[in-house]
Amino acid sequence: MSAAGGAATNHSGWRHWLLAVMPMLLMATSALAQTAPRADMARFDYRLAARQLAPGVYVVEGDNADFSLANGCNIINTGFIVTGAGVVVINTGPSKRYGEQLRLLIARTTTEPVVQVIHLNLHPDYFLGNQAFADVPRYATAATRAGIAREAAAYETNLFRLCGDWMLGTETLGPDRDLDVAAGRWRVGQREFVLRELRGHTASDLVLVDRASGVAFVGGLAFSRRIPTTPHADVSAWLASLGSLDAMPLRTVVPSHGPVFDDGSGLAQTQRYLRWLDGHFRAAAEGGLEMNELLRAPVPAEFAAWAAFQTEYLRNVAHLYPRYERQALKAGQTLR
Amino acid sequence: MKRRACLAAASSLWAAWAGAAAATDPFEGDPYQSLPWADMRREYLGAAVAEFDLRVVVQGPAFAEDPMNVPISVRADPSLGRVEQIVVLVDRNPIRRVLVYQPMQALPALSFRFKLEQASPVRAAVQTADGRWHVGGTWVDSAGGGCTVSGASRKDGSWTQTLGDVSGKLFSAAPWGDGTSARLRLRVMHPMDTGLVNGVPAFYVNRLSVRNAADQELARLQVFEPVSENPVFSFDFAQPPAGGMRIVGTDNNGNRIGSRVE
Repeated sequence: MSAAGGAATNHSGWRHWLLAVMPMLLMATSALAQTAPRADMARFDYRLAARQLAPGVYVVEGDNADFSLANGCNIINTGFIVTGAGVVVINTGPSKRYGEQLRLLIARTTTEPVVQVIHLNLHPDYFLGNQAFADVPRYATAATRAGIAREAAAYETNLFRLCGDWMLGTETLGPDRDLDVAAGRWRVGQREFVLRELRGHTASDLVLVDRASGVAFVGGLAFSRRIPTTPHADVSAWLASLGSLDAMPLRTVVPSHGPVFDDGSGLAQTQRYLRWLDGHFRAAAEGGLEMNELLRAPVPAEFAAWAAFQTEYLRNVAHLYPRYERQALKAGQTLR
Repeated sequence: MKRRACLAAASSLWAAWAGAAAATDPFEGDPYQSLPWADMRREYLGAAVAEFDLRVVVQGPAFAEDPMNVPISVRADPSLGRVEQIVVLVDRNPIRRVLVYQPMQALPALSFRFKLEQASPVRAAVQTADGRWHVGGTWVDSAGGGCTVSGASRKDGSWTQTLGDVSGKLFSAAPWGDGTSARLRLRVMHPMDTGLVNGVPAFYVNRLSVRNAADQELARLQVFEPVSENPVFSFDFAQPPAGGMRIVGTDNNGNRIGSRVE
């Protein structure tokens, strides 16, 4: 550092140097962020940070990784929006601790109180932080509410297994009212949100767009440099939903997993991946491949380089390949 | 050929090491050092010599995303010669024996899915014509719970509509290599109840036989409770059997399975 500092002989020279080096530093940090968890495991501190995407619109970024003890199961991008009449929180993270830390972060960031929580789908890290928002109305679509009621116990068990004491005290407190998505518009304070209920990643994938800033929270429909998760996926419905997102004038897009983007890249990546997977799995099934052969068959380098490939691709195969297999087999003729 | 020679050399080294270690080793040379192994070997393989052999390749996923459907592929290297039977055993399952396969006219290779109760070694013991057992394995991690929950068709009762139905296809022009020129993939509709779910007795396919158009038996499978609901099997053949295949079998309640697949 002193050698580099010595090269900058005056104040403006130093600033010049910093401007030149900053993008490299940022790239280095973001590359690092994919491998080194941001959480402090010794203190159960997620080290949450609010990044402003537009005036009053914040994202709280998780690691682009799979659930692990080291990241405290924080792999989700949550968000909050200041409306002039209180704060709307978008998803509450994987644990009670996360919810509490998110609420403290919001209190440090704005003087407005939290007035609404909204859940974009049924997956565990969208709602397991809800205990910290027990005093606030929590909205989700009817399908998502039913899905959470159905899956919550299994989610709790699985996240406790994966992330241990990060989960201490976490119990499901589901969304407590239906979101009226039919209107397509939702007004809170000075904000007007566009709401679209799509499907494909799950049976109900909510998209929320802040009209003033154009920031879109697209939940699990887009995965940015990350292998999509598929336990409730319907690939063709998902591709159709990505098509309708393409047709919307989105600017900054917050996916639930992976980096925020403003060039459509995360949507295009998810589209490319799902199209490849659909064709690849179909060809494998029609060629008579069994699951272990498919697991070991080559995957394009672009996808193999994405976060969580090692675990998530195996899950994709387990979740989705049986459907392609069934299509490839023909009904036998019963012998009497 | 070169690869085979390497494999054979590696496995004889392995066997020599395992043999030397056996005298003092309570695990009998088991690479997974699993406590139940010695008893399992006695119970399921009997008194014949059993050795760990890298020529028996068992493939599975690193972890069981769906513990009720863990895909396993077993393949015995051709250098082992004629294979009489293949026994698949899972150390840490409440029911350890998954299936017994007699390849007969088929290749000594089989794929299927099974229910895994907890993380465990998954073994294939291959008995050659000289009576010896050659044992290969893989490790599958799991969150648990595969054998003690009901399958989907048991939960919603839909199994009654499809019991014993077979779908399948004979694939040729195989991309999967190593002397295989045809593969029969089968799906048999059956709840495959383990008997370990409260109030649901064991109810499972217990015998399947693959026959050619002239009703000659090509391969024979004994199936046990841990095989997955609506099981999917893959059988490999060196020559594609002509004229379609007949699948016949039974379950432990005496229901008949009989279907023709092309």
